[in-house]
Amino acid sequence: MRHTISVLVENKFGVLARIAGLFSARGYNIASLAVSETLDPQISYMTIVVEAKDEKVLEQINKQLNKLIDVISVTDFTKKEHLDRELVLVKVGCLVDDKKELESLFDKFVGKIIQIKDDAAIIEAIGDQDQIKALLGALDKFGVKELVRTGKLAISN
Amino acid sequence: MIGARILLESLKKAGVEVIFGYPGGQVLPIFDQLYDFDLKLILVRHEQGAAHAADGFSRATGKVGVCLATSGPGATNLVTGIATAYMDSIPMVAITGQVGTHLIGNDAFQEADVTGITRPITKHNFLVKDVKDLARTVAEAFYIASSGRPGPVLIDIPLDVQRADTEFIWPDQINIRSYQPTYSGHPGQIKKAAKLISQAQKPIIYAGGGVITSGAHLELTELAEKIQAPVTTTFMGLGGFCGTHNLFLGMLGMHGTAYANHAVMEADLIIAIGARFDDRVTGRLDDFAPGAKIIHIDIDPSSISKNVSVDVPVVGDAKNIIQQLITEIKILPDTRNWLKKVNDWKNKHPLIYNDDTESIKPQYILQELFKLTQGQAIICSEVGQSQMWACQWYQYLTPRTWISSGGLGTMGFGLPAAMGAKVAFPKKEVFNIAGDGSIQMNIQELATCVANKINVKILIFNNGFLGMVRQWQELFYKKRYSYTPITSPDYVMLAQSYGALGMRVTKKEDVAVALEKAIKTDNTVLVDFRIEPEENVYPMVPSGQAINKMIEGLA
Repeated sequence: MRHTISVLVENKFGVLARIAGLFSARGYNIASLAVSETLDPQISYMTIVVEAKDEKVLEQINKQLNKLIDVISVTDFTKKEHLDRELVLVKVGCLVDDKKELESLFDKFVGKIIQIKDDAAIIEAIGDQDQIKALLGALDKFGVKELVRTGKLAISN
Repeated sequence: MIGARILLESLKKAGVEVIFGYPGGQVLPIFDQLYDFDLKLILVRHEQGAAHAADGFSRATGKVGVCLATSGPGATNLVTGIATAYMDSIPMVAITGQVGTHLIGNDAFQEADVTGITRPITKHNFLVKDVKDLARTVAEAFYIASSGRPGPVLIDIPLDVQRADTEFIWPDQINIRSYQPTYSGHPGQIKKAAKLISQAQKPIIYAGGGVITSGAHLELTELAEKIQAPVTTTFMGLGGFCGTHNLFLGMLGMHGTAYANHAVMEADLIIAIGARFDDRVTGRLDDFAPGAKIIHIDIDPSSISKNVSVDVPVVGDAKNIIQQLITEIKILPDTRNWLKKVNDWKNKHPLIYNDDTESIKPQYILQELFKLTQGQAIICSEVGQSQMWACQWYQYLTPRTWISSGGLGTMGFGLPAAMGAKVAFPKKEVFNIAGDGSIQMNIQELATCVANKINVKILIFNNGFLGMVRQWQELFYKKRYSYTPITSPDYVMLAQSYGALGMRVTKKEDVAVALEKAIKTDNTVLVDFRIEPEENVYPMVPSGQAINKMIEGLA
């Protein structure tokens, strides 16, 4: 099962390698990872989506992360109220006839066409995991040529 | 003050008296400062020896051991030693030179990404890019290495940082916001633990290296005597409880005593203190101690419920928590029947070997050694059969008298570690129990011993085999002794050529005499005991079996 955790870390040289190394050394899977500075430039915020087969594994991931010297805190969002969003960029086929239909999609979905060029459109969309999934489903028939995702960002509410 | 000098001043401030090291191109400024600085460096013959010696020094004293090597190959030669210390939670600071900051990443001569290489085998590591950070980094390194669950910390210092000039400011206090180890146990959890103990009928204490790290051996004895529970220790816990105490069951696990393993499997309460339920201890996890509730006291939260699920976890320092626990236990369990049963196992399944032979048995050498030293020696060991016999047949009476690579099982550890222990305690007898395989892995350190008058006594249990692997081949691979017969140099001549004393013992009746002579000799001594070639270590729990499914054979 997938779990979302956030990790506050010291914004120091090598810290991402420590986190990534911990996951690979202990055989945990990262589904996505997003990192950036916080209001305090000495601290970075990571949102990590992990694949954990049970509670025990998740507990170990939490504890092992906490054990790293540069980790300030770990929040497991599994049982915590939070909001999450992901940004995706999708390149789909878009012939002249398709444009209207494509545009109409965004009555239902949060997103927009940011470029149309050479029979292809680039779409930007932001949403939670279900919304993104639904959008990608709807885009399927246009022929998805490329897909880039930021990975999930999560914040407690 | 230049960086190299700041490093040495910082080490002094951190209380360092001796470092084990080896020079090289990227640590020249540091060695130049060492030339007339009041800090002793023991020049080893291989950097791996420096790391193990620092580790041995640390295990013998409880202080932070320090090793120093140059960049690239010097640093990578430390790797096995750092990993060894990491697996056994030994406080150590490893200092490596690095190519100049402007060259990092350019594949410069003798460049290696040492912080990258050592990241998974250190508690933490640092690359110091600015000389202004150096003193604080050293202070933090010592603090991290020695606090919480200890471990090795590496500091990588580029050449230009060693030469750069700045003011030396030693921080009085270290506060790392992201690192706050827990020392005092949660009172509610301790209450719960006390209640479980009061209700127990068949309690057993399972103590690990954490007891020694936290200096909790007296508290452990008090607890065991108060609740009249038998005590078994892990390999790392040997010496944490007196080896001749009547409540002591010896080591448990794969080569533990049969009575310790039976007692753990039948217990209704396991009080685990500073131990981590390693696979060599638990055997087949699903079958481990089926009827037992488990209290787990450990300073590292990630050790708890990692391998076995625990009923009452208590995170904190073992010494503190045992003290609190002792006051909290109001009703004592009645363990008379339980102790009777445990003693029956002791009588029915003692540690045993066939002594009725002409040949020298390794167990016999260790028994004689215990008699002669009255258990007052520091025993270091290599890895394999000789190591397991040393666990079983020498009784460790006090903490820090047993020094051996547990978690990583590093061959070649024993001689340099013994060197480190002997440097720490020049007046104590320090032995290295070795096999003819392991001793050849860091034999070059004989030169270090002789040159510095570090008079360790090396007892080689020479059976012409890589014995532990041969034992597995005998039992599980139809005696196909694939590449386990091994040759040795003439150890007597070898010792002589290094300037040490070499002896060869081929008869049982000469064992005690040779040991006495080794003890009396004011030099490094190497004794080549020709032991029974195919002696096995028993009991033995085959890999993946429950720990009461032992092979107990009389060899």
